[in-house]
This record gives sequence, structure tokens and C-alpha cells, in this order.
Amino acid sequence: MEQNATSPTNKGQPPNLRRVAIDPVSRVEGHGKITLMLDTENHIHEARLHIVEFRGFEKFIQGRPYWEVPFFVQRLCGICPVSHQLAAAKAVDQIVGVEQLTPTAEKLRRLLHFGQTLQSHALHFFHLSSPDLLFGFGSDPAQRNIVGVLDKYPELALKGVKLRKYGQQIIEAISGKRIHGTATVPGGMNKALGIAERDALLAGINDILSWSSDALALNEQIHTKNPEHYRFGTIRSNFLSLVGSKGALELYHGGLRARKADGADIFDQFDYRGYQSVIREEVRPWSYMKFPYLVELGKEQGWYRVGPLSRVNNCDSISTPLAEAARKRFKEFGQGGFVHDTLAYHWARMIEALHCAESIHGLLHDPDIIGTDLVAAHGDKRSSGIGVIEAPRGTLFHHYQINEEGLIAKANLIVSTTSNNQAMNESVRSVANAYLDGHEITEGLLNHLEVAVRAYDPCLSCATHALGKMPLQVELLDADGTLLDRLTKGSNGVIERTL
Amino acid sequence: MSAEANMTTTNTVTPNTINIDGQDIPFKNGQTIMDAALAAGVYIPHLCHKPGLTPHGSCKLCTVDIGSRSMSTSASDRRTQTKFSVDIDRRSVSACTTPAVAGQQISNDTPALNEVRKTITQMLFIEGNHLCPACEKTGNCTLQAVAYHLGMLDGHFPQFFPRREVDASHPTVMLDLDRCILCELCVRASREVDGKNVFAIAGRGINAHLIVNSPSGKLVDSDLETGDMAVHICPVGAILIKEHGYEVPIGRRTFDLHQVGEIGLEPVILAKARHTNE
Repeated sequence: MEQNATSPTNKGQPPNLRRVAIDPVSRVEGHGKITLMLDTENHIHEARLHIVEFRGFEKFIQGRPYWEVPFFVQRLCGICPVSHQLAAAKAVDQIVGVEQLTPTAEKLRRLLHFGQTLQSHALHFFHLSSPDLLFGFGSDPAQRNIVGVLDKYPELALKGVKLRKYGQQIIEAISGKRIHGTATVPGGMNKALGIAERDALLAGINDILSWSSDALALNEQIHTKNPEHYRFGTIRSNFLSLVGSKGALELYHGGLRARKADGADIFDQFDYRGYQSVIREEVRPWSYMKFPYLVELGKEQGWYRVGPLSRVNNCDSISTPLAEAARKRFKEFGQGGFVHDTLAYHWARMIEALHCAESIHGLLHDPDIIGTDLVAAHGDKRSSGIGVIEAPRGTLFHHYQINEEGLIAKANLIVSTTSNNQAMNESVRSVANAYLDGHEITEGLLNHLEVAVRAYDPCLSCATHALGKMPLQVELLDADGTLLDRLTKGSNGVIERTL
Repeated sequence: MSAEANMTTTNTVTPNTINIDGQDIPFKNGQTIMDAALAAGVYIPHLCHKPGLTPHGSCKLCTVDIGSRSMSTSASDRRTQTKFSVDIDRRSVSACTTPAVAGQQISNDTPALNEVRKTITQMLFIEGNHLCPACEKTGNCTLQAVAYHLGMLDGHFPQFFPRREVDASHPTVMLDLDRCILCELCVRASREVDGKNVFAIAGRGINAHLIVNSPSGKLVDSDLETGDMAVHICPVGAILIKEHGYEVPIGRRTFDLHQVGEIGLEPVILAKARHTNE
């Protein structure tokens, strides 16, 4: 179906640009689709990464009891279910009138979250992105996957596997299962960490620290020594993240900080329970994914990035020494300002992975972690709760309203990939402008676009491109909306021109 | 004299014993096959049976075969004037409602019967909305445990996806009809143990459904109380204590620690439902 561009979001576009809406029939779970639209000068005017998977969680949890929600919504994802469980649990804490968890419960939640972030970051770098970074963007696709990494860099690949395994062991010890366990209850946790479980985790932590440091060093070297990397898909953007009360990197709980591309404050230490006054979401007809924006800057200028790049840029410090030293080197690379390089996501992600490892080390040595005071006394019941957490991919919002019977009346979720929606489009446009030659989509261009999208670690990528074979379709349209070229890569890695 | 009275078995029958899968099991007068089996520590899969409540025979999971008892007439058949020898009582029955009779030869744990039981369990799953992964009863759910016991790996049949209501009107008890399997345990417990009549089944066939006996049809207007047996006896997650889900960690739930085939689990299951220690 084709429509003329008439929506306010297309304001300022040449009148003869055309918008293409995806027929829902074409929805195929996990497939990415990119449309590149040329202007009359044959420059990329706009790039659209279409997210055509429809999940509908906000709708179908309506009518379910609020205490069930953390375990229902964690099924959104198989990589970061802990983040969804914790964000929902924080919202549920508010519903039952709990402002402050017991020290043990809060530390268990933090340990769980550090384990989750460590395994997710390890998965993304070692399994999904290291093939691009180690072999080069244009290298043979048959080699550019985790199997290729295992073959050529077996020691590195095994470290990645073990890092992920360790994170999952933490998740299992606290929530009972490596994926989709149950740990939280309203106002606390359902299980203490046993001494034997704590000791088993302690036995492996030194290796984890060492391997995380190695992974960081490798990423730092790749990024800082290769202009192809630090100039790749660079876009300037606003950044949003949680920060601690003193501006430190914070993954579990804090205030919202948004800064402009030049580092100027938009807001800081903002209570996330008021998020709707500073963030709104725009719906565009060609994607099931919304486009959030900062109210103060408006729809056109208010898009922002979240995730590791945003968090490491936005924070004033990191509480653990090795990660803090790495952050300072990161800042030096940005000459004191923000690092806007799209591929710096990988570097920032490994700084965070090291921070997670250091934090896990600290928590495992904290006597509170094996405490048994797990649930705080409930206060007066409230009709809504808003939980915000820094998930591996970025700031995650869960907002629930309940009726007088305790059933969900309304839910709003802003997941991290949604916040990066416009940024991914902008990065794709930047890469396409640099690498599109004429009117033909080449395999090289397709590979480069894929690398740009993958840097954000979107759920789309996580869910589908195991072994580095993200199904992807790229279309090129001229200013009249005529399809000039179409290249499709299947999940088997085979590339076809399907014009 | 009836034909039955004329019959004698060719087997030697120990008085007041039945035989289940080759094992002689004693019984007392008035006991059902299920009563005798449970007393002897023999598991016959079941969902709608609870010792102490009137047997109901609705879930049909306890179907057993009675037969293999060679019978013959002691006298000539009056019509044919010939003697005959047949398994005259070979049939499938519900163990929970069939009286134990001396000499019964009963097949229980056989591949054929377990396959039928698995099919029945699959039908129970697809008729409702049993989303085990997120259900707060998971790990404590007898339906789920029976499905594991029978080796059920999928629903096999197309899902019905019925639209059913949640009744959360009561201050402490919630009714999620998505998960109701119409076992009537709550109906019987309310009537026979609690001395109330809170629940009933209305409708017939595929339209059968659990109702609440109150002016509004809502739990809040019934005389149900948190301590009632009817609140805690549900084998699935249809009747729940509000705001107490997921309190038992994975690894400590009933069926993390026990097999559904263990005899005498009722107090354990009830304690979990009441959120008290075993």
C-alpha cells in the first residue's frame, strides 16, 4: 500500500517524496526491513528501519492481576527478561506502598541485574558483534559469525561463552532459572542467597574480572585505532539515562538525566515517575514501534539515544575503579565531550560489562547479600506504579494502572529499542549516504547497514541473528517512490536480488 | 436365580482383595478401587478426586480397565444349552466411583491407558487458557504435574482460546476461569466441608462453566471466606489467594520436590495453597 506523505511528521519533506506502509501480511518475525528514500538529487533523504513485529503486551495484560505482571511481561524477551521483571517489580513496589526495600532485597536485585547485564553484554559482543569487528564489515559471511570466531580466536570466543555463562549462573542462583525465573515479590524478593550459592559464585569472579578487562581492552583498541570504526555511522544526538544521586553510572535506580549533543542539560535528577511530562511517544504508520521524543525539544529535534553509549557519556563517574579508569579514557577520546560514534556503543558496552563484574565482586563480599530479611512491610495501596531501570539496551519504562480489584487497567511500556528507534534510522541514513554508490544496493552496503543497526543491540537483532545471520531486506526508492532496487538476505545468509 | 449368581470364577480369589497390575490389594467393604489403591500406595492418575469428598468421576483420568477374569457359567445357558467362558465384566471404569469387588483384575499403569489419559489431559489444556510459563500456580499445579507424569509434550489439538472472565471482586480470593477444568472439587468442598454452597456448575457440554452462588454472581457477594477449604482445593490456578503469587521460589514448589504419583501429597498441596509451611 502506498500513501502520499501528509502527516505532520513529514513536514519539511520534498512534496514528491512518497511513504510506503508495510502490509501486515509481510510481517515475518525477526526480519528487519530498511527503506532508503532518495531525494531529487539522489541523496539519501530518509532511512526507515521497519519493525514489523507486533507483540501487544500492553493490551493483553489488561485485566490480569498486578502481582502477576513481572512474570508475564518478562516473556517479552529471552535475553533480558530480568530487566522486564525488575522494572515491573519496581512498579509493583509502588502499588503496594513500598518506597524502600530491605538492604538484602535491594542488593539481591542489583546482583541479579548485574548478572543479567553482564551476560547480555557478553552475548552481544562475543556472539553477535565480534565477527564484524574482528573480521571486518565486508569479510566473507561464511566466516563472519561466532563459529568463525571460535575457529580463529578460540580462546577469546570461549571467554565470551564463559562470561555469559557466569551471568546466567547468577540469574539462576537468585531466580531459580537461567531464563524466565521468578525472584521478585511485591516489596522484595522470594528467596535468600544461600552461603553455598554465594561461595560458588565467588569461586569464579576473578576470572570474570580478568576476561571482562580483556574484552574491554580489545574493544577500546579496535575503536580508537581504526578510523573506519570511529567515523562509521556517526551521528550527533541527545542522550537519556538514569544516573545516581551524585551523577554516577546507575543501572538499577536513579534519576533521569537528559543532555543535548553538546552536553548541555535538558533535565537532571528527574523523578522518573513523572516521565510523561518530559517524554512523549509519536506513532508513525509505517512501523509498529513508537518514536519517543523529549517534550522540551519537540518531535523533530527531541529524539535521543539510550543504552551503554548514552549511560557512559551521561554519567559523571563510575563507582568501580577499573570501569572508572576506562570511562576517563573514553572521555579523553571524546576530548571531554560526548562520544557520538555509533560503534562506540561496543566500547561503552564493555566498560559496563567490567563495571558489572566489579560490582558483582563487591556484592558477593557484602554480608547483606546472604541476609534473610527479604520483604519490606507494605504501605497503603496505590492505583499506579512506574518502574524504570537501565536494561542492557537502555532505559526501560514500565507504567501500570490498576483498578480497585487489583487488576491491570492500563499499561505503558517504553522499551530501550523503542527509544533508539529514530537514532537507528539516522545511523542507517548516515551509513547509506557514505556507502551507497549509484542506484544499486550492493552486498557491501547491506553488510554495512547491518553493522550500524547491530551496534544498538536492538531486540530485533538479538532475537533473530544468532550466528550473525540477521534476515534483512533493503529497498531503495527514488524521489517518485519508484522501487529502484531490493536486496534480501535470508536467515540462511543467502543474498538475493528480488526486484 | 440370576445369571450372575450362577457364575463362579475359575480363578482363586482371595477374599476382599482386588488385583491391580498383578498386585493383590486388600480393600474394605464400601471402598472404591481408588480408595483401595491409595490406601495400598498405588497411584492411579486423577484430578477430580480428593479423599474425604464424595467421588465425582468427572475428569476420567482415573479410568482403569477391569477384566481378564475368566468367567464361566456353572450351568447350561437356558437358551443355548451350552456352557460359555468370557470376560463378562471387561470394561473401562472410573476408579474413583467404582466399588472394589473381590477378585477384580484391574489394569492401571499400562501404555494404552496412559496414552488415553494423556489425550484427556491435552483436551483439558486446550479447552482453557493454561499459560503455564507465567501462571502463579506453576510448579504447584496438579494438572501440570499430571501432564509431566504422562509425558505430555504439547496440546496436540487446536487451542480453543475461550474468552472467560476473571472475578477479582472478593477482597482476598480471585477466580480465574481461564484455568478452570470443571473438576468440581471447589463445589464439593464448599458444600461438604465448609457447609456452604458457594460454587456450582452451570451449562452443559462445551458450555459448562463454574458459577458463583450469589445475587450478583460475583465472589464478593458470596459467603466465601479465606479459610474455606473451597478456596484452597483447586488443583489448577483457577481459585487463588490474592496478592500471594510467586512467593515460593523455584526449586521449593510442591512438584519441584515431589512426584505427583507420591501417595499422601494432599496435606503438602493444601499447605502450599494456604501459603503455610508443609
